[in-house]
Amino acid sequence: MDVEETPLPGIGLRREIVLDNGRRVGIVIHRDGQTELIISRLDDPDACLASVPMSVEEAATLGGLLGGPKLVAQLSEEHSELPGVSTRQFPVTEGSPFSGHALGEARIRTRSGASVVAIVREGQVMPSPAPSDTMKPGDLLIVVGTPDGLDAAAKILHGG
Amino acid sequence: MGGTTLVLIELGLVFLGLGILGRLAARIGMSPVPLYLLGGLAFGNGGLIEFASISEFSHIASEIGVVLLLLMLGLEYTARELATGLRQSWQAGVVDLLLNFLPGAVLALILGWGGIGALVLGGVTYISSSGIAAKVLTDLGRLGNRETPVVLSILVLEDLAMAAYLPVLTTVLAGASFLGGLQAVGAALLAVSAVLFLAIRYGQRITAWIHSPEQETFLLKLIGVALLVAGLASAMQVSAAVGAFLLGIAISGATAESAVRVLAPLRDIFAAMFFVVFGLNTDPASIPPVLVWTIVLGVLTAGTKIATGWWAARQAGIGRWGRLRAGSALIARGEFSIVIAGLAVASGAIVAELAAVVTAYVMLMAVTGPIATRFAEPAVRRISRQPEAEPAS
Repeated sequence: MDVEETPLPGIGLRREIVLDNGRRVGIVIHRDGQTELIISRLDDPDACLASVPMSVEEAATLGGLLGGPKLVAQLSEEHSELPGVSTRQFPVTEGSPFSGHALGEARIRTRSGASVVAIVREGQVMPSPAPSDTMKPGDLLIVVGTPDGLDAAAKILHGG
Repeated sequence: MGGTTLVLIELGLVFLGLGILGRLAARIGMSPVPLYLLGGLAFGNGGLIEFASISEFSHIASEIGVVLLLLMLGLEYTARELATGLRQSWQAGVVDLLLNFLPGAVLALILGWGGIGALVLGGVTYISSSGIAAKVLTDLGRLGNRETPVVLSILVLEDLAMAAYLPVLTTVLAGASFLGGLQAVGAALLAVSAVLFLAIRYGQRITAWIHSPEQETFLLKLIGVALLVAGLASAMQVSAAVGAFLLGIAISGATAESAVRVLAPLRDIFAAMFFVVFGLNTDPASIPPVLVWTIVLGVLTAGTKIATGWWAARQAGIGRWGRLRAGSALIARGEFSIVIAGLAVASGAIVAELAAVVTAYVMLMAVTGPIATRFAEPAVRRISRQPEAEPAS
């Protein structure tokens, strides 16, 4: 995918991609580090429908959410040769019972048979997390297992 | 009351008044510049009350104000941005100069203010307020728009043109001959290119030399260098303001960012004083007689700025709504129009009516510019019955 980069003299830098439908989606990075999410209009691709200021943390979390499906798709592809094994992603929200706890405390593997194979945090993938790694709000857990196992894992993560 | 007591009381009242006016401006979302000018008009020669004892302080403060304004302007840009801007959009820069310098210059000639008056008023109508425009574009969420880089690069070129224009202006105002003026142009262009070259080459070293981990020493070094460079530039017949601007360009990266942070409050104080002094020196009674001409000039130069933005945006392959947005973003004039007029007034080489026209013109354009930027597109859409549509995709 081509990322267009446009300098904004005196303000910062704009990076964007053009979607198939002609819409431009991207970010403006201000000199002071602030990030702005921009989405262009469809009827006037020169103009913006929205420009949303975000903190560094918010932007990174959104990046993780956006990047997650691609990772899941890659993992699913790898597991597609194994019948009965699939991959799913679970977001850790502020309200999750294990948010802020170590991965080991949820005992997902023991209770559901499914394994957490990666954590996506702030746009970065942390493969093969250890039981001592904490789950933070905004994280994305990549879980591999049988469909039943994945359902059980979802229950554990939402209900405790 | 002793002299110092009176100075303190009057200064206190002025700053307090400016603070209240600034708050008012922020609340309705406009630039405080026109209100500072109004404040100056009210307390000066022929105003409501005349504050005479602060004239010595306010004179020096306003000089420092100009140096800080231009220094901060230079800090906004890197030498590389200026060089790239010059290469990529010099055509738009030329169109901008022709379309917007001429109306002011021609009006000055019509009103019989001579060549110097034309040089001054042309400069006033030429330069958009990069401060107001950048802020309005940010506030309206247009940084992601495709026409915005076009607008920004025109602003960059104008600011760069100031670096060549101001030394010429100061030389001409000082009564130099045509030949002296040409020499000044040569010297200015040489100085600007030399500094751009040095800043690209050795900017890191200059930056490292000024940088200091403690805020206090950093601020002192920065102010010290800025005033010194401004003074030396002034001694060499290149405007003091230009010296500060070029120094600002040479400082880059993280140091420039922290410089902007520590200097901003100082700039606010001294620049406010600069606008007040300009207002103080203008007699409010001189404005009504020139009001009609000012409005004519305002309407005309709003039109020429829209034409400039329209042309430049079309060159960049932008649709007509974007062209209109680009043009309307350039209408606001502000701080640097006053800087130009301030230099002219201080030299005593221009007629009082010219100062009155500039005061009224900047007040008009600083207020109507942002309004036009916001409403030009919706207004034209309504008139031409082409409502915005955003179908779901």
